[in-house]
Amino acid sequence: MIISQLGYYSLIFGLLTSVLIFFNSSIQLKKGNSVFLDKTTGLIGFQFFFVFISFLSLIYSFIISDFSNETVYNNSHTTKPLFYKITGTWGNHEGSLLLWLLVLTGVLLGFIFKSKNEPYKYRQLTILFHQIIVIGFFVFVLKTSNPFNEIFPVATEGLGLNPILQDPALGIHPPILYLGYVGTSIIFSAALASMISSYVNKSWAKEIKFWILFSWIFLTGGILLGSIWAYYELGWGGFWFWDPVENVSLMPWLSLTALLHCIVTLEKREIFKNWTVVLCIITFALSIAGTFLVRSGILNSVHTFANDPSRGIYILTFLLVLVLLSLVVFVIYENKNFVQKSEIFALSKETSILINNWFILYFLSVVLIGTIFPIFLDVILDEQISVGPPFYNKLILPFLVPFVLFMSIGPSMKWIKTNFKIGVKSFFFVMFTLILSFITIYYIGKKNIFLLILFIGFFYLLLKSLDQLRHKNKNLAQVLSHTGFSLLLISILLNSISTNEIIKNIQVGESFILKNEKIIFQKIVIEKEKNYESITGFFEIFDETNKAINLYPEIRIYNEPEMATSEASIKTTLLKDRFITINIIKDQNFFNVRYQHKPFMIWIWISTLIIMLGGLFAIFRKNKKINI
Amino acid sequence: MQFLEKIKRSIFSLIILILLILSFFVFKSALQKEKIYSPKIIDNQIFTDFEVIDLIEEKKINFDEVLFGKNFYLINIWSSWCEPCKLESDKLLELKNDTPIMMIGINYKDKKKNALNFLKLYGDPFDKIFIDKQGTISINFGAYGVPETFLISDENKVLKKYIGPLNDDDVFEIKKITNN
Repeated sequence: MIISQLGYYSLIFGLLTSVLIFFNSSIQLKKGNSVFLDKTTGLIGFQFFFVFISFLSLIYSFIISDFSNETVYNNSHTTKPLFYKITGTWGNHEGSLLLWLLVLTGVLLGFIFKSKNEPYKYRQLTILFHQIIVIGFFVFVLKTSNPFNEIFPVATEGLGLNPILQDPALGIHPPILYLGYVGTSIIFSAALASMISSYVNKSWAKEIKFWILFSWIFLTGGILLGSIWAYYELGWGGFWFWDPVENVSLMPWLSLTALLHCIVTLEKREIFKNWTVVLCIITFALSIAGTFLVRSGILNSVHTFANDPSRGIYILTFLLVLVLLSLVVFVIYENKNFVQKSEIFALSKETSILINNWFILYFLSVVLIGTIFPIFLDVILDEQISVGPPFYNKLILPFLVPFVLFMSIGPSMKWIKTNFKIGVKSFFFVMFTLILSFITIYYIGKKNIFLLILFIGFFYLLLKSLDQLRHKNKNLAQVLSHTGFSLLLISILLNSISTNEIIKNIQVGESFILKNEKIIFQKIVIEKEKNYESITGFFEIFDETNKAINLYPEIRIYNEPEMATSEASIKTTLLKDRFITINIIKDQNFFNVRYQHKPFMIWIWISTLIIMLGGLFAIFRKNKKINI
Repeated sequence: MQFLEKIKRSIFSLIILILLILSFFVFKSALQKEKIYSPKIIDNQIFTDFEVIDLIEEKKINFDEVLFGKNFYLINIWSSWCEPCKLESDKLLELKNDTPIMMIGINYKDKKKNALNFLKLYGDPFDKIFIDKQGTISINFGAYGVPETFLISDENKVLKKYIGPLNDDDVFEIKKITNN
């Protein structure tokens, strides 16, 4: 109880520190000081420290199951394992906003240490803008989502035991995702600051690139973890559902990816200044908009957490203020910064990056429209629709082919001007791609011209990216990311078109067949666990070579709240996943068994990791020749 | 040229500004719209004046006309993705066979294909099934989630409300009320 109080007061001190920093920075800027004071760094350190203490005390309250705290009472339970008590801290609205705040103040501290050699005015202004965001979120947390509300009389048991959320991947998913998601805030503050201090140039690009890569890597990782969770916990065998909450993490990722390419161009050639700043603003606006959509309960989604309109109105107003602020800054300072000095030639790396940027922006707007269009339609015409995968497939797939083609040629172009030669080598490449695609299409047995075109595009990108490895001046970061991306597209495509599935109602002892595989339902074991009853099916599968594989799908019937979950059993190999789930049918002797072959599933995860690895390489590469 | 450039920029900023403010108000009213979906139950009387769409025939009908001619109606909110709904399916079949109640299913946020498949697997206890794609009809009844069951009298009064899957005691209670 005392610890919970400590957390609350620590938050208030944090807010006071932020106000102090804000005024301190304004005064310093007005004075025209040019020496960065240790005091400022100290204050920012304290600000982070206060939020950190507050966060720790919330974790502590969760660990000791302090049910005098409303958040703990609503979201925890004494029978939860320790790990899930801890991850429960950020698995709810209040706690996750505290995490927001922690990351928000943490990245500022990191920025201060990393930017020691940057111009004084730029640093001071970044702090100033960042404090506006920090104060906004402090007030939001304290006013509408205080994680330290007390309840009296103190309950003896908590309510929170949502079994679906008790999962290791989901436990670490929010912190990783937030590092990327909230990490974009510093890009936003720095972009506005650099505009005002006329610092949008090569050195700024070099400095801010670290934060773009940082956010991008963590955001990629966070999305990956979320998908992995959905794949084995939700029991549908899918990993991406175009759910609005997934979309709001994808949108900042897309604009960050575009920004990542722009910032390198800025660093090399000092062009696309306007565009880079706009992307910085868009990225963070999307990330707050995402927070709004998820946290306000405006969406009809399985992920919706809170349903308090006052929260929604607050974030919405705050978002509007931030976007208007950046618009004003942009309009006023645009002229002073941007004199386009360099000419751009049609055949150059700049052009190819610009084209890819437009493609990414197109994909971004498709996702954006798919996500918010239902809301607009509901308000304006009072009609309700839900936008599903067909919408995204139709609007995204056809444009993927030209996109990957530009992505294949782009990296081999040179800055400023390229003389393009079509030689024997290019011919050999195209032939090899065609053969590879035809073989793939033939092997999976789906003769569809559209699929063939997609495969040609994806394989071409893969080969072209791998080809870069031979070059002396290769950029390993770019090669890895592009190779990873092409592998990702190929595995997703293969996975989605050649999934095999069989659904059967069978009794113990019976068997069925899927694609040369015999699946035998051996037995059922019922066990009583601490807070649920577990029904486990024992399945033996004989593959083509008659090798036995055992799978153990499970049904868990939780008692409080009464809820049945289905735990899939998955056997992963390099070529395919075997995925099985069971369900009870009214007649207890029969079970509904769903067995799936999911080809190349593991490659979806591996290729995403390769993409992230590319980002890591880019961070740790020391001032070598930059080529993206 | 400078002047033209300036005008172009102001117009551009103005358009963005208008778009922003417009979106702000759309989102704001969307936030408030949520409140409309509060239960429309007055004095235990369910609200019936709205249109529903039949799952199988896909025809529109006013819910008033559905609640007609019987002494008791049982409204069950279910979905194919809802695990506890599978557990209660045999209870509903039992009620259908043993009582004179008219069984009405509300198929909550579901796909037709999955719903029909569910009925094939677990049996179809319903006389009529209507779809509730957005979940708003269920909210009108005052439902909290799936599954949920309402026993309604001929005067459209909610006699009993069961949150979560029905169990044997609930079935016994319903039988007692309706067979008297």
